[in-house]
Amino acid sequence: MAKANFEVPELQQYLDVPAVTPGTMAHSSPFVSRPEFQEPLGFLGELPDDWQARALAKFGELLGKYRSLRVYLDSCVKCGSCTDKCHYFLGTKDPKNMPVGRQDLMRKVYRRYFTLAGKFFPKLVGAEDFTKEVLDDWYSYFHQCSQCRRCSVFCPYGIDTAEISMAAREIMDSIGLGQKYCNEIIAKVYRIGNNLGLPGPALADTLEGLEEDVYDDTGVRVRYTLDKKGAEILLVTPSADFFAEPHVDGLIGYGKVFHEAGVSWTVSSYASEGANFGMFIGSYENMRRISQRIRKAALDLGVKRIVFGECGHAWRVAYSFLNTLAGPWDFLDPRYPVPQHICEFTYGLIQEGKLNFDKSQNDDKVLTFHDSCNVARASRMGPRPGGQFDIPRAIIREVCNNYYDMDEETIRDRTFCCGGGGGLLTDDLMELRVKGAKPRVEALNNVMVEKGVTHMAAICAICKSQFTKVLPFYGMDMEQIVSVHQLVSNAIVLTPGDDDEDEDIDSDAEGEDDVD
Amino acid sequence: MSFLTGLYAFLFYFATVVLLTGLVGKVVQYARTPAPLKIPTTPAPITTGGVVLRMAREVVFFESLFRGNKWTWIFGWVFHFGLFLVTLRHLRYFIDPVSLPIQLIQPFGIYGGIAMVLGLAGLWARRFLVDRVRYITAPSDHLILALLILIGVSGLAMSFLVHTDVVAVKDFFRGLMVFELHPLPADPLLLIHLLLVAGLMIIFPYSKLLHAPGLFFSPTRNQADNPREKRHIAPWAERLEQE
Repeated sequence: MAKANFEVPELQQYLDVPAVTPGTMAHSSPFVSRPEFQEPLGFLGELPDDWQARALAKFGELLGKYRSLRVYLDSCVKCGSCTDKCHYFLGTKDPKNMPVGRQDLMRKVYRRYFTLAGKFFPKLVGAEDFTKEVLDDWYSYFHQCSQCRRCSVFCPYGIDTAEISMAAREIMDSIGLGQKYCNEIIAKVYRIGNNLGLPGPALADTLEGLEEDVYDDTGVRVRYTLDKKGAEILLVTPSADFFAEPHVDGLIGYGKVFHEAGVSWTVSSYASEGANFGMFIGSYENMRRISQRIRKAALDLGVKRIVFGECGHAWRVAYSFLNTLAGPWDFLDPRYPVPQHICEFTYGLIQEGKLNFDKSQNDDKVLTFHDSCNVARASRMGPRPGGQFDIPRAIIREVCNNYYDMDEETIRDRTFCCGGGGGLLTDDLMELRVKGAKPRVEALNNVMVEKGVTHMAAICAICKSQFTKVLPFYGMDMEQIVSVHQLVSNAIVLTPGDDDEDEDIDSDAEGEDDVD
Repeated sequence: MSFLTGLYAFLFYFATVVLLTGLVGKVVQYARTPAPLKIPTTPAPITTGGVVLRMAREVVFFESLFRGNKWTWIFGWVFHFGLFLVTLRHLRYFIDPVSLPIQLIQPFGIYGGIAMVLGLAGLWARRFLVDRVRYITAPSDHLILALLILIGVSGLAMSFLVHTDVVAVKDFFRGLMVFELHPLPADPLLLIHLLLVAGLMIIFPYSKLLHAPGLFFSPTRNQADNPREKRHIAPWAERLEQE
């Protein structure tokens, strides 16, 4: 069991709504960004003396730009429906982690400066001046929201705390109070092309290594190419897929599926990142800048389709926003949706009967599936609403013999966040991450006890990294979390190709087509 | 014309102007503020017809609240449905002749009034009994509940205990509609009832009562889930593309 310098919550058999305990997480706040990470994103480097005036000006600007913000700050009636829905509240007991408690940190400032009632009767309506103490609370608690939207499911007006925390983070960024983790990563994408700062040659090495590994394992040459001009498909996947466990096993799986489909595909070194942390910090401009890299890569490589790998928020940006941010996609093949999820791609092939599986390869596991929040509540797969729940499960059932769902109240659109989403997947927030994972881990524990489940599959790089890290705090094994396409990879029966007998893999065989 | 009649006439003209200008102003503000991104809470309908259905379920049945909290749903729905019946019943003070449906609704309006007060009492009790709800409650939340309950109780009291001259009340309001002043009965219960109703009208556009128009403008509920099929872009975002 991993060592913790805080109290790890005890797992319960039933969801236990804690008594409100103010201030339990007031000490939690992530490292503050530095000027060198702020400025490349177009933000102020440090907090200036006149921060309040600047923050209120930005606040006013956002109220005019985002209907969600304006309507949601006005509409809350404090009914309490959301109060027991946030995993961070359930795990920490801190009432400022109740969705409405979090929103009210911003709402009290909104009321004070932007509404008549708050200007004249601040005490009556709970309005407050925007003091440094309030700003500190903002920084702390708006970095305790993983923007998972579970609250918005249960709100009678659909108030989405993610919209509020994104706006709060954008206001704080604009006055030089950014979060180091997110902003450093975004700057890395601009400089190098991905969150992890993997340069092109390192990617090429990794992909070549994967080709060799797959060949050694299977005797079939599955191609994993980089910057291959004229490939049919551009795969955009979170950079964690290139080396982290269990992510990379998923990437191996995508390659095998493409191989069986007989389509050429490639990864771009310029847009080698599916993640888009611009969303976490609520910055349309940065989200757009990152998305535009995908457009440029698709144009430069001359691909016909774009497929996204397993990543939750990336799929939200891809599915819901990419057309807005980097469209129109009229230069791609109109027969396919833009973009497509790798699960949609794989499921399509299964429907056509083009994939053969040996399910027994996964017989050492009893599976369950974790619906990642951004996929579940902010996107779709396939032609019908809810396809985002059915398609991954259908794939798992196709490749595994043993599958059980977790408690119905903790899956599909009621799924619990892993606890590491929304730009919180950083070691300086470990206490929050462990406590926030409690509701999900509880449900997992229950199916482990009742159904003998051994592994939980996910389709999100953040979920996979988060569980790998926090499961040991609960006495579980980090290897219990697996990629969906890792299961596909285990079970898929590969078709031998003409080049399988070649001694060496020469990934530069088509060097003329390569671009830098 | 008595002083009271003049005062209440002024009060209701004022309240009506505040309610209408405030509400129209808010609706225009919501409508003009763009929603730059597609953010429906999924699974969401993929067509406009589906969105209308989803919104209708929210407005009529409080679907999301039902999923969120059964107690709040029961009390909230009973209150709102009661208020709806009461409002229909009160239409008789403004129209002449009274149409058949409004005649038929009259007894149900009374039940509505009782339901409304019971629902409100339940909602208010939760503000004291549930620690999470207690934590998020501001003084204004108590005041709005008190206001609504007093409106309901004073109204019911006039139905059951101390009747007022409803014909005169009708004359008063029908008169206001054509800018004529007819005397208002000076019954204390009626005066309290009307004063509180005018108060409710005045605070409506400046309080959380904005949830009523707000719901219709909520992007997580009113957007169709079709971002891949149809490009969605806000005017301010389009200007970024020209740069």
